[in-house]
Amino acid sequence: MTARERVAGTVANYVDERTGAAKWMKKNLTKVFPDHWSFLLGEIVLYSFIILLLSGTFLTFWYDPSQREVIYDGSYVPLQGLHMSAAYASTLHISFEIRGGMLMRQIHHWAALIFMAGMVVHLMRVYFTGAFRKPREFNWIIGVGLLTLGIVEGFLGYSLPDDLLSGTGIRIAEAIIQALPVVGSYLAFFAFGGAFPGEAFIPRIFTVHILLLPGIFLALITVHLMLVWYQKHTQWPGPGRTEKNVVGYPLMPAYMAKAGGFFFIVFGVTAFLGAVASINPIWLYGPYNPGQVSAGSQPDWYMGWLDGLVRMAPPLETYLFGYTISWNILIPGLIIPGILFTGLALYPFIESWITGDKREHHLLDRPRNVPNRTALGVMSLTFMLVALINGGNDIIATTFSLSINQVMWFSRIGIIILPPIAFVITKRICLSLQRADRELVLHGRETGRLLMLPHGEFVEVHEPISPELAWKLTAHEQAPALALEDVDARGVRRAGGLKNKLRKRMSQANAESIAKPTANDLKEIEHH
Amino acid sequence: MSNEIEAIKDPGLPAHVHRQADTDPVAEKRAERQVAILFLISALGTVLFIFAYYFIPEDVFFFFPVLGNTNAHQLFLGLGLAMALFFIGAAAIHWAKTLMPDEEVIAMRHTLRSDDEDRDALVATVKERAGAAGLGRRSLIKRSMGLSLGLIGLSPLILLRDLGPLPGDDLTKTSWKAGTRLVTDPGDRPIRPEDLEVGAVAQVLPEHVGKERRHLSDIAKDAVLLIRLRPEEFQLSSERLSWTYDGIIAFSKICSHMGCAVALYEQTTKHLLCPCHQSTFDVPRAAKVIFGPSARALPQLAITVDSEGYLIAQKPFSEPVGPSFWERSS
Ligand code: HEM
Ligand code: FES
Repeated sequence: MTARERVAGTVANYVDERTGAAKWMKKNLTKVFPDHWSFLLGEIVLYSFIILLLSGTFLTFWYDPSQREVIYDGSYVPLQGLHMSAAYASTLHISFEIRGGMLMRQIHHWAALIFMAGMVVHLMRVYFTGAFRKPREFNWIIGVGLLTLGIVEGFLGYSLPDDLLSGTGIRIAEAIIQALPVVGSYLAFFAFGGAFPGEAFIPRIFTVHILLLPGIFLALITVHLMLVWYQKHTQWPGPGRTEKNVVGYPLMPAYMAKAGGFFFIVFGVTAFLGAVASINPIWLYGPYNPGQVSAGSQPDWYMGWLDGLVRMAPPLETYLFGYTISWNILIPGLIIPGILFTGLALYPFIESWITGDKREHHLLDRPRNVPNRTALGVMSLTFMLVALINGGNDIIATTFSLSINQVMWFSRIGIIILPPIAFVITKRICLSLQRADRELVLHGRETGRLLMLPHGEFVEVHEPISPELAWKLTAHEQAPALALEDVDARGVRRAGGLKNKLRKRMSQANAESIAKPTANDLKEIEHH
Repeated sequence: MSNEIEAIKDPGLPAHVHRQADTDPVAEKRAERQVAILFLISALGTVLFIFAYYFIPEDVFFFFPVLGNTNAHQLFLGLGLAMALFFIGAAAIHWAKTLMPDEEVIAMRHTLRSDDEDRDALVATVKERAGAAGLGRRSLIKRSMGLSLGLIGLSPLILLRDLGPLPGDDLTKTSWKAGTRLVTDPGDRPIRPEDLEVGAVAQVLPEHVGKERRHLSDIAKDAVLLIRLRPEEFQLSSERLSWTYDGIIAFSKICSHMGCAVALYEQTTKHLLCPCHQSTFDVPRAAKVIFGPSARALPQLAITVDSEGYLIAQKPFSEPVGPSFWERSS
């Protein structure tokens, strides 16, 4: 035994005698992880969260969460002598007097954008591959929770510097709270400690931004990862891969090195962005003043769709018995986002209700093989995209010399008709991709070589594909639609007939597919 | 189903293909050197980082293509850090890809569901334990427990009561009173009608008495825009016309949609535009909404002049300013 082994042994023994960790470690150091680029998306989110914790902690050392008024006497000349909040002044101080402060602010903001983008893309990967199916519904719901809280956390962070842009954002948030029926003005006064803007809001959201929400994130992320660990990762279909096994690389050493290395890559890229790409130059906006506004004000992109919905809302308000209901705020600001996020959270249950499938699934779906789900996903993304585009309608109007009117009407009509169109087109594309897969399996790959048949006809030579590829393209199952009867055995209409009918319709639409080739089909072709 | 039975067969996990470095010692040495070089580049990055922190002055700017005018200290500090981090990652991944075992292995999954025996045993235990505690029988305890837990849940809500005062009439009142002078913002100077040319806009606030600085929460309700048109351009009811003075009309600057400052005045169309969600208000018609999500015109402030010829408010706003709220009556 070398000296080094002896030391390691002593330490390991010390720990194991007190924790019994050896058994668990032995099993888990060789835990198998399937490999695919799309499985890295969740890692990006995790790593950018860690970057947020590190860079955010640095910022707290100088940031002063206070709306007390001060006169700026720092080194940024254009703002010298101006009255502003201590929060804004301290953010300027971090930017201009603390070495590396600007870098850290920019890293923090870029990491926030990557965090949010990573979550959205990770969610899309989970959705389009069906990774949310049993037994992974809990993780899906945790993910939707993280996404929702991420939007809130980002908004609060954006609000902390208390510049003209972020103050305008707070004003709008206040208006949404104030618009709530019955309790709105009370809640607004509680949140702001009195009339808007007051001096209480920034200190309060600071606590939420750096303590409450990060704590909740940490807890949710931990549970999320523990479930991934315990339930084992899903895998793509392929040779040797079944619902009963996991094929991949053992954690130690290659997977550990790759995952650990990837953390540094993400951090490095974020630092690079922080170094070269200016973001949120708050010194250009000036301190917040409710009587002023900067033209072309824009929230960060993860709030942009909300802003876009608010912008396109019709000017509706109801005045009833001396009370006001602001539909123009409630519908885009609360009702539609509420429906969207509830629908998102419930989707796994809705799908399994439609398909009647209650089994576990560990093999991923290729999106084309589940046309309805894929089409629904693209439809929802189209909705969000139109909303997001309308969030920048003023910028689009000036860039493309259109009138705001035109952009707004495009969005108002587009948000209703484009999503269904996207659904139909996506479904068609999926089915034709299935057809292409079938062709490929049955007739092989086109080689571009021509062959002259004895009677003078030219045919293209097709090369058969490998058995591995053929398996990959046919490994999915094609379940038939649910056989649901509107009437029961005695010919009596069932209770909840409408619900049943809906389920039947959706189940039929869901089962639409191009029959995948079978071994028989292949044999038949060989005979010709 | 016949499909399933006669499906195309799974050929099984393909045989492992060795990498060059697994078999060729020269390739192995080369990979080793590459990994080391990547780690060394990272170390250089840290050196650059430290150098930039201490030795590049913070006020040096230089022109860098694409980035434009760039602060050297900040740029090299960031680039050093980025390099230091990125190349550690690159080295680790290159190491894993070329030199660490890359054979795919198969592990089995186990069903997550517990065995029936375990589940039955659990149910039995729960029933037995709960029975022993008398949960089913002792409804007096159960009900009183429900009551106490429910009530204690209220206490955090009670404690949060002091987060803020009740709104009272705060949302409906502004500082404008009959006779309040209009003063410029910024500047706090009273203004006369002659100070505004036709077509001009000015932002004003109510004259502020006392030494304390104006609160932002007052500005959030008091900010007013003055616009001067030719008197014949107005299309107003006679009451609203009497609220103007010599072609000058005054509106709350706080958007009736969600409270942004309505800042953009287009002289040619005589439209006021809110930059937040583009609600557009037609000035000659008492700031009626002609486009965008706002459902209400901007509240108009009745103005006139005092004996010294300065603009003053005739009376307070006749409706609450700013975004809607439940208790608002119209
Ligand atoms: C978890 C997700 C988080 C998100 C999405 C997020 C997002 C943001 C954003 C967008 C800003 C505005 C930055 C700027 O441009 O100045 C910000 C500021 C800030 N964040 Fe975070 N943050 C997160 C976590 C944290 C954590 C964990 C901390 C501290 C422990 C923190 C501390 C701060 C501080 C002190 C500021 C204000 C300083 C400044 O603006 O310079 N953040 N955050
Ligand atoms: S706040 Fe003015 S349009 Fe929304």
